[in-house]
Amino acid sequence: MNVLIVGSGRVGATLAGMLDDEGHAVTVVDVDRASFAHLPATFKGTTHLGNGVDLDVLRTVGAERADAVLAFTQGDNRNLMAAQIAKEIFGVKKVFAKVNDPIRAQIYRAKGIVTVSRTTVLAVLVHGMLMGQTEVGEILLQRANALEREMAHAEATETVAG
Amino acid sequence: MYVVVAGGGEVGFHLAKALTEAGHEVMVIESDRRRAQWIEEQLGSVVLNGPADEGRFQLEAGCARADAVLAVTGDDAKNLVICQLARHNCGPHGRVIARVNDPKNEIVFKTLGIDETVSSTRVLMNVIEQELPTGGFMPLMPLTGSHLELIEAEIAAGTPSAGKRVRELALPAGATIGGIVRGGKVVAAADATLEVGDRIIVFSPTAAEQEVRRALYG
Repeated sequence: MNVLIVGSGRVGATLAGMLDDEGHAVTVVDVDRASFAHLPATFKGTTHLGNGVDLDVLRTVGAERADAVLAFTQGDNRNLMAAQIAKEIFGVKKVFAKVNDPIRAQIYRAKGIVTVSRTTVLAVLVHGMLMGQTEVGEILLQRANALEREMAHAEATETVAG
Repeated sequence: MYVVVAGGGEVGFHLAKALTEAGHEVMVIESDRRRAQWIEEQLGSVVLNGPADEGRFQLEAGCARADAVLAVTGDDAKNLVICQLARHNCGPHGRVIARVNDPKNEIVFKTLGIDETVSSTRVLMNVIEQELPTGGFMPLMPLTGSHLELIEAEIAAGTPSAGKRVRELALPAGATIGGIVRGGKVVAAADATLEVGDRIIVFSPTAAEQEVRRALYG
């Protein structure tokens, strides 16, 4: 897949690393050059310094050829704007946005943007763990824990090599 | 009229002040507590302290009965979401108007369902371009409920389209000359030939503005 990620914070950069590892073509856009430091050292994709809600920037990084656009900046509104531009102007089929306000997440989901709210996802997950309802997060936690081990291992290897 | 002003910055404050002075009822939504307090000291109890991009604050501010919601923060993404939420929360009767800071976001907002936008950058550009020799080209206003706008263009001496018949002009698809103002009177455009001193009124798709400019000015 050809994937465009807007926002190279912890979540965006981790996603970029996972997809890059699996062989997808990944482009990451962020306004802050320092944020690319969140990307793993092995990242082979493209980074682009620019504003991901800017029509021209999105065109430059090839939004119209993307199979998926994932908007994961720190701002709910910027994510919703980038996602809607991708979907309505560039015709991207799969569009995801991180929207931490649950009410906004639900409203825009109805408009065809896949919204993920850290607020509700974490609350439901932790509640399930607390109440012993292991089925709530079983697969999710297994994969997340495995990813964390991989990342820790990569960092340790890199430190030794460096 | 009852107007909700989302964002109490410089634009929002002066807008609220002018609207109040003109006898309208106003509610400003401002997220910064100290700024909200300051506005209240200036204008009275017309401020709600909270984020304008959250639906419950819009409802608390009375968006449901507002004649207009104006999103005037300095952040285009925030203004977009404020307007879309206002459309969602406030029913179809009230007007929803966005300030856009980056002029190319006017097109973006229209595509995403927010038809009424104001770009101070573009307004200032139009003022300046009017002063330039080839600058008698002035987008006047977007036409609500369509992707069309109204443009006024002056045919000055040396303008390439002067002396050409209207039907010979290479106007983009969807653009039509609605009329010609000549010597203080309106002349039908259909069979007319453009003369120096004419001011023409063009209906054009918003996206084709530059093509209209090229058709007239080369």
